[in-house]
Amino acid sequence: MRTLPQPATPPYTPYHPRWYRTHVSTYWWLHKWVYFRFVLRELTSFGVAYFCVITLFLIRALSRGPEAYQAFQTRLANPICVILTVISLLLTLFHTTTWFSLSAHAMVIRVGSFRVPGILITAGNYAAWLVVSAILAWFLLR
Amino acid sequence: MAKRPIEPFLWTLFSGGGVIAAFFMPVLLFLLFFAFPLGLLHAPGYDALHSLVAMPLVRLFLFVVCSLPLFHWAHRFRYTLYDGLQIKHLNEFIDLACYGGAVVGTILAGVMLWNFS
Repeated sequence: MRTLPQPATPPYTPYHPRWYRTHVSTYWWLHKWVYFRFVLRELTSFGVAYFCVITLFLIRALSRGPEAYQAFQTRLANPICVILTVISLLLTLFHTTTWFSLSAHAMVIRVGSFRVPGILITAGNYAAWLVVSAILAWFLLR
Repeated sequence: MAKRPIEPFLWTLFSGGGVIAAFFMPVLLFLLFFAFPLGLLHAPGYDALHSLVAMPLVRLFLFVVCSLPLFHWAHRFRYTLYDGLQIKHLNEFIDLACYGGAVVGTILAGVMLWNFS
């Protein structure tokens, strides 16, 4: 039986040749303001997590009675806690602004054949945010 | 790495949590954990706050505010570690820790708010 000529296959290499990759510094995000802003936006998750955890502690203190609640309030007023709260507050504010300007790109709203411009969506978000914040503040301050 | 089919679901939780965090967190963080403990504004007393949290709708609200943003955190934090520190070899562990943390937080919030008295 005649053997047909086999198509040439590339020779098997047991070790993969190293790809060419430039080394990226661990601190690449410190080199440019836009990069830093990108990482800062990801770091806003710290503020979000801080809020969730501290709210759970508040609920626990409330369910344990007035003394536990008072002790929790005192702990919240200690300098380390205040610094963490302020950092988280700034981070969540940064999250809010970046989230609203991002939603203008993510949401496409059409009225008939007219596409609502992004700036109106962002403005609408800010208006809704102010209303929501005012309602929550009214509930807590009345 | 093949795209996991769970990814779209996780992304929905991420963006839902992002919306909740953007709208509710700054004002609550400022009032409940900054202005009230430092005495900058007139804080509601223990009884007022307790009866407010005892309302079922408020509890549902608090559950949503505490749980969805945790999944938002999980998604962002794992990418912070991924981008910022370039620790790719720990990916599985980081994913497990982040989403595991979010699940634990959600269960905790659910149990605490369900049994709130």
